[in-house]
Formats: sequence, structure tokens, C-alpha cells
Amino acid sequence: MTHAAPITDTNHRLAEGNDKPRGRVTLAHGGGGQLTDELLDNLILPRLGNDLMGGLLDSATLAATGTDKLAMTIDSYVVQPWKFPGGDIGRLAVCGTVNDLAVCGGDPVGIALSLILAEGFEMSDLAQVIDSIAQAGEEAGVSVVTGDTKVVGRGQADGVYITTAGVARVPQGRTLSPKRVNPGDVLIVNGPIGEHGLVVMLAREMPKVKSVLRTDAAPLNGLIQTLLKKVPDVLFMRDATRSGLAGVACDLARDSGWRVTLDEARIPVRPEAQHAADMLGLDPLEVANEGKVVVVVRPYEADAALAVMRSHPLGEGARIIGHVGGVEDGLCELHTLIGGRRIIQKPYGEQLPRIC
Amino acid sequence: MNPGKPTIRLKSLKRLNQLASEVGRDVAFMEVCGTHTMSVFRSGLRSLLPKNVNLLSGPGCPVCVTAQSDIDMLIALAVDHDVIVCTYGDMLRVPGARGSLEKARGDGADVRVIYSSMDAVTLAQESPGKQIVFAAVGFETTTPATAAAVDYAKRMGLGNFTVLASHKLVMPAVTALLDSGTVHVDGFLLPGHVSVITGWREFDPIVKQYNLPCVVGGFEDEQIPEALVDLVRLVGEGRAELINQYPQAVAEHGNPSARALVKKVFELADVRWRGLGTIPGSGLVLRDAYRTFDAQARFNLSQPKDREPKGCRCGEVITGAVTPPQCVLFDNGCTPTNPIGPCMVSSEGTCQAWFKYHRVGVPKRRRLASMRRRDPKTGKPSVLEVQP
Repeated sequence: MTHAAPITDTNHRLAEGNDKPRGRVTLAHGGGGQLTDELLDNLILPRLGNDLMGGLLDSATLAATGTDKLAMTIDSYVVQPWKFPGGDIGRLAVCGTVNDLAVCGGDPVGIALSLILAEGFEMSDLAQVIDSIAQAGEEAGVSVVTGDTKVVGRGQADGVYITTAGVARVPQGRTLSPKRVNPGDVLIVNGPIGEHGLVVMLAREMPKVKSVLRTDAAPLNGLIQTLLKKVPDVLFMRDATRSGLAGVACDLARDSGWRVTLDEARIPVRPEAQHAADMLGLDPLEVANEGKVVVVVRPYEADAALAVMRSHPLGEGARIIGHVGGVEDGLCELHTLIGGRRIIQKPYGEQLPRIC
Repeated sequence: MNPGKPTIRLKSLKRLNQLASEVGRDVAFMEVCGTHTMSVFRSGLRSLLPKNVNLLSGPGCPVCVTAQSDIDMLIALAVDHDVIVCTYGDMLRVPGARGSLEKARGDGADVRVIYSSMDAVTLAQESPGKQIVFAAVGFETTTPATAAAVDYAKRMGLGNFTVLASHKLVMPAVTALLDSGTVHVDGFLLPGHVSVITGWREFDPIVKQYNLPCVVGGFEDEQIPEALVDLVRLVGEGRAELINQYPQAVAEHGNPSARALVKKVFELADVRWRGLGTIPGSGLVLRDAYRTFDAQARFNLSQPKDREPKGCRCGEVITGAVTPPQCVLFDNGCTPTNPIGPCMVSSEGTCQAWFKYHRVGVPKRRRLASMRRRDPKTGKPSVLEVQP
């Protein structure tokens, strides 16, 4: 690809390299012309560039080996507000896609990035988003290898939307599936739940409330690969994103056909997260996480899995939170703090705040 | 490390079981607060109650008691008028004759979920060219916030803010229910939050005129069983008394300044309730001095007829006449995802509480060799006991 000569229109001129960029996104930045080149050369490539992407071909070519399978996923990110304590839409876009690959037992090899920007989005904000993408990619050990940028008119989109697709290598013979789960198997979560969703809900609904909560968004491939090395026969994993831990546990019960029982006393929830949830009228069980994975292992491997997870920085708070029971009704049940029992339902979808 | 929460050993449960067995007959108490309903299910307390102690849900869920015509009027307002409707989240999905606010929003109406009545006032200040309507529902707990918003809007001279109010009072509904003779209860678990405003004296007539014991209860795990202990004890002793088990929040005369603000802005009116019909002096409408903030007047809205969904028994559920599974629609066409009646929509609705926390499929017990699995390498048994 030939690089266009830099244009000199100072209104549209971006600061080069990693200097703080000036100005705003214009429709022409998405037009595929000189301004798009400048956006790439001066804002995106200095932050994300690598050998594979630097060629700016229509697609990247990734190394493959004969014995592995490939896993592929795609996800869109439209979170509002785009920036929240502890992260932003860029960090989310990398972590979400990496985690979707990781819970299938995959080792991510490359990410494709599609940006949809609204006319008028601040260049300095865009730089922040790209920096977050680069930072999260570095943490995950995976690069953005190809991408696309479009700009839509003011008001047609809300600031910035991101789509990321990812490809990962999965060793032959690795199958993670709810069908492999049987009575007695143990559910483990890698740390306290509900924080990402609560942080975003607080930022959206109660921006004046100051909280120490931060999003838990983190790439889990390192933790999961470490676990799979030590405990290869993990039965099933899922990251507890939208609809939270409740959603994962209910799906596991439904798809395995067995009753899944969670123990409320063992489910880690930070007190500040519980307070935020109470204030917003939400249940931490049903709130999204972006750095939490539920792992199901055979009972005799639970201690080993727990030890491995706790030895990793992203699994220090790992706990056994429940087990698969012998009742074949596909329901999810909670043993409550006071020793009672109740059903857990998959959340409806939109988190509706309560009335009083 | 982030440990889980400590397990709570309820001291009062043992006492409750003991007292309940001493009473020696079935007793039924009504809770008149949606938050109590939800807490009882969510904490799993319902599964721990003595077999002869029954809890009936009364008219305590604000969305559920709202007359169908009020809901239809709100949806018509959102669809037919160029306004921004601000609502508490619970109202969003309540079905009306023309869909729900959620559907209206999907079809292009501007409907916003807010947490506080003042959010709607702020929006009005920030959007001078738009009319903002706040859908004000709720009991004594939310009424002061609506009164504060309207009073503030008047002082600021806001011309683009109105409320579509269907605020209601708990005590007239309880009295109407007792007078109807359709519900037989041995006592009341009184609403903690409402009592914060009204004070516990408000509920004296239940004791004096109807000779029924009452306990004001809090919402924490230990507080509800404690209130039930008192109720069962009073029933056993044959005494009608009012006990305040929530003194950290509830005073004898409640919050006089909140009530004064409500009285300044609102006056008593005969209003319609789902399931109970029109109850004299059971609701609040804006006083003449505040009438300009009444959305019904400003947008010339006509009150539609009360047409409740066919087959829906929400009216009987909120008066404790039936429990949700007795409704033929329950889990049979009416679910939280596709609700037919408001009791299935509201997070405080009795039907949703039953569906969400209590609906159990037909359990097929099955023992498997795999349940007693051992580690093939070490031969050690599994680390967790498996319940058959």
C-alpha cells in the first residue's frame, strides 16, 4: 500500500506519533482517502502497529500449524458511556473477544478491529481508546492484525462503536462443553463478581456518585492457559458477561440437563459492589463481568484447579461456588446465606432499576 | 482475597418454629410491602418457614395496584404526544391496551428510565424546548420525592415539566381489604419503608378496630423472621398489639416534614386500584395551586376504561385472595419475559417473585455411579459431598 503524501490542511492535521492528537473526527476520516491514511499513519498505527498489520493489506495472514483447530469469534461493543472507572470501550473490545476465545480453550493469535466513529468525536478521546486497545492487547499477548474505520454523521452513532473479531488456536482433542458435565462436578469462579456492570450502571445512572469500584475487564487467556496446562481435563468454561453469574449457571443447568446449585455464602462479592447493587436495585448475580470466568471441573480436580487459579494474579480471589447436583431438571438453585433455598432464573435482559 | 459472605444462623427461626408448633393451627399473615415479598423469596426464607405459617402478599407493589386505565393513559401519552416520558424502571414493561412503554420506546417514543424524580426536573431544565412528563407512582415512600419535584418546578417556574401521578396510600387499601371480608388473615407484617414516612401510629386502627396484631418489620435477613416471631407469639397469646420491630428507621409519628411537603402539594382523592376498585380517600391528586403540573390536564388526556388483561388474576393476587400458581396464566403464557399482568412485570410483583425464586420443575431424582466418582489415579473420593 502506498502512503499518501501528508496533507497540510491544518484544520484536519493530526499531531504525529504519540503526541496528544488535536481536533475532532470528520466524515472524511472514514472516507478511505488521504484523511483516512493520515488517521491510520498518525493515530492508529503508532499505537497498534506491528509486523502483521504494518503492511495494511486487506487481510492479515496468520501462521498456522497442522495439528491445531482454529476458533473464531466476533463481538460488538456499544457501551455507554464509552469511558468508565478502570477502563473504556477499547479495553472492553479486546478483553471480551480474547475471553470468548480463551474459554473455548483457544490461544488467541490475532484480532481484527472495526471502528465506527461519530463525526465530531474528539481525536484525543480516540487516541485514548486506541491506547487502551494496545494496552489490553499487550496484557493478552495478542495484536490487532487488521482493521477498518468508518465515520457516520453526527447523531447517527453515539461517539464510538467497536467490533472485534478474533482467531485462536485450539489443540486437537480439547472439548469444553456443558454436555461433559455430570453430578458432583464443581463450579469455580476466579474472583468477586458484578463489578464491571455496576461500574457502568453507576457511570450511566448516577455519575455524581463516587465509588472505589473499577471495571474488572481483563484478558483471561493467561489465567486459562495456565489452568489448562496443569488441569487439562477442564469440562466447561464460560466468561460471565451479560446476565452475569446467574446467566452462566442457568445456561449450564439447561444445557447439561442437571440441577446446578450455587452456594451464596461462597460467592465472592465485594462489600462496595453489594452496596452499589443495593443502591441501583440490582442483584450482583445478574450483573455483567468482563474478567470473570466460571470453570467446571471434576470434583477430584477442584483443589488443584483452585490452587492454580489462585497462583495467577487474575485468579487470586478464586472460590468454589457450587456444584452440579444429581437432580435431572435443568434448574439452577441457590442455597442462601440464611440456609434457605431458592431458584435462580436467567435474567430478562435489560437491567431495570427498582422503583423504591 | 475476597471472601464470600458469612453464613447467617437465624436465631429467630428456632423460636419461630417453637411458637408456631405451640399455636397448633394454620396462621396466615399479610405483608403489605413489595420489598418484603421480594426479600422473603430472595433470601430463601420462604423455604424455611414453619409449615403452618403462611405469608400472603397484600397490595404492596406500587406498579401492580396501579389501575389498568392509568397505565393505558401513560402509554397513550408516550405514543400520541411529543413528550419525553420519565419513569421508574418497573413501569417500563407493564402491558397496556396498546403495548407497553418499552414497546412505545422501540417504536420511537422518547421514554427514559430514571432513579429519582429530580432527574426528570433536571432533564426539563436542560431541555427547554421539550415537554417532560414524570410518571409518578408509588406509596407514601415515593410521594414525598414527587411532591419535592413539583414544588421545586413551581418555584423555578418550569413550564415544561408535568407529572402523571397515581400515588396511593397503604392504610385505606388495608381497611378496604379487611372490610371486603374476602381475605382472612391473623395479622399484618407492616411495611417498613412506608412507616418511615407515616409513623407506626398510622396503623393503629388495624389493632383497635379489627383486633389484629401488627408488626412493623425491617428488611434484613434477621428482621423479617423476628417480626414473624412477634406475630406468631401475639396470635398464640390472643393479643392484638402493634409492635415496632424496625425502631432504627421507624418513629411513632414518622417523618412530619415529608408529610407536610406532601400535604402542601397533594390532596386526598378517591382513586381506582387494580383488584380493589375505587377506594375513598386512598390516593393523592395535585392541589389547585399545583394543577398546572398535572399532565392529564395539560395534554387533555381522557381516562380510558379499565380493561384488564383477559384471564389475568393480578387483582386477586394483590389482595391475597389467590396465590400466583392458582392463576391459569401463571407460567403458562405469562412469564417475566412475556408478562400479561403487572404482578409478573414488577420486580416487587408477587407473580414475579413466585416465578423467579419459587418455581420448581418436576424433580426427577436419579442416582448415578458417576456421583460417587473417584479419582482414577489416586482412588480418592471426590472432594465434595453430593446430595442425592
